[in-house]
Amino acid sequence: MRELSLHILDIVQNSIRASAEKVEIIIRDRTSENKLVIEIKDDGRGMNEQQKKTAADPFVTTRKTRRVGLGLSLFAQTAESCQGNMKITSEKGKGTVIKAEFQKDHIDRPPLGDISTTLVSIIKLNPELDLVYRHSRQNEEFVLHTAEIKSQLGEVSIAENKIINWLEKFIVSGIKNLYGGQEDEIT
Amino acid sequence: MKSLEELKELREQVQKDMKTRSEKKMPEIIIGMGTCGISAGAREIMKTVIEETEKRSLDVKISQTGCIGMCEKEPLMDVKLPGKERVTYGELKANDVKKIIAKHVINGTVVDELAIARLEE
Repeated sequence: MRELSLHILDIVQNSIRASAEKVEIIIRDRTSENKLVIEIKDDGRGMNEQQKKTAADPFVTTRKTRRVGLGLSLFAQTAESCQGNMKITSEKGKGTVIKAEFQKDHIDRPPLGDISTTLVSIIKLNPELDLVYRHSRQNEEFVLHTAEIKSQLGEVSIAENKIINWLEKFIVSGIKNLYGGQEDEIT
Repeated sequence: MKSLEELKELREQVQKDMKTRSEKKMPEIIIGMGTCGISAGAREIMKTVIEETEKRSLDVKISQTGCIGMCEKEPLMDVKLPGKERVTYGELKANDVKKIIAKHVINGTVVDELAIARLEE
């Protein structure tokens, strides 16, 4: 995949298919350590030991039985190709955490890319999902929490076009602000 | 930085829109969001659908499906008008989506050159 934000969209699909009600996406831009960390946490049905072992293996999963598909193996491969790694922590019935680390300045690291479109696509398609996006850089953080937005909206759906449009601008300006008004450094 | 205060204003606007909305059944657009779809460009298809429906003030139900086994034809998008057959479009680009929305979703004419499958209800 050309962008890390496309991997994120893909991994979140796994969460949704695992009946997650809440998904948290955490981006940590640790420039001083030359690291970029992406974490995706959900409260879906989780994986057992066997599923966890084979989740990142593209040749073990079959379409009929797979819950995770090719997405995780691609994400792991991307992380490993830039001096990083991907870890799966999961417990049956509790949820799954996917954590990937990248060497930030590695030549093969894909850009984060269009994260705002990834987020609004998830929200538009899954308005009932409780989505949290945290993006931190040094000591600053941008947070989007759909529960907070929903409490402002009352009976109006978060998937309404006008709201989606506003959210996209909110995310773009929030991230830009995090980078001191500069273009996003990790794109 | 945009503020949550702006949301209140938007909320009132949307409430007005909701009042004028008719009760009839909405057309449905279904986008393939499996790994194959996403790597082939499903997110751009989604973005175009959002932009076009907003621009044209269309009330459309948008939903997703996983990998349906036609990975080589991704990105895929289905259109289902109320009471009509479900049509699958494949190998789409943003401009194709605009065409499908104008011709099929709004005017009810299937875009034959982009359609790859039809499913009777």
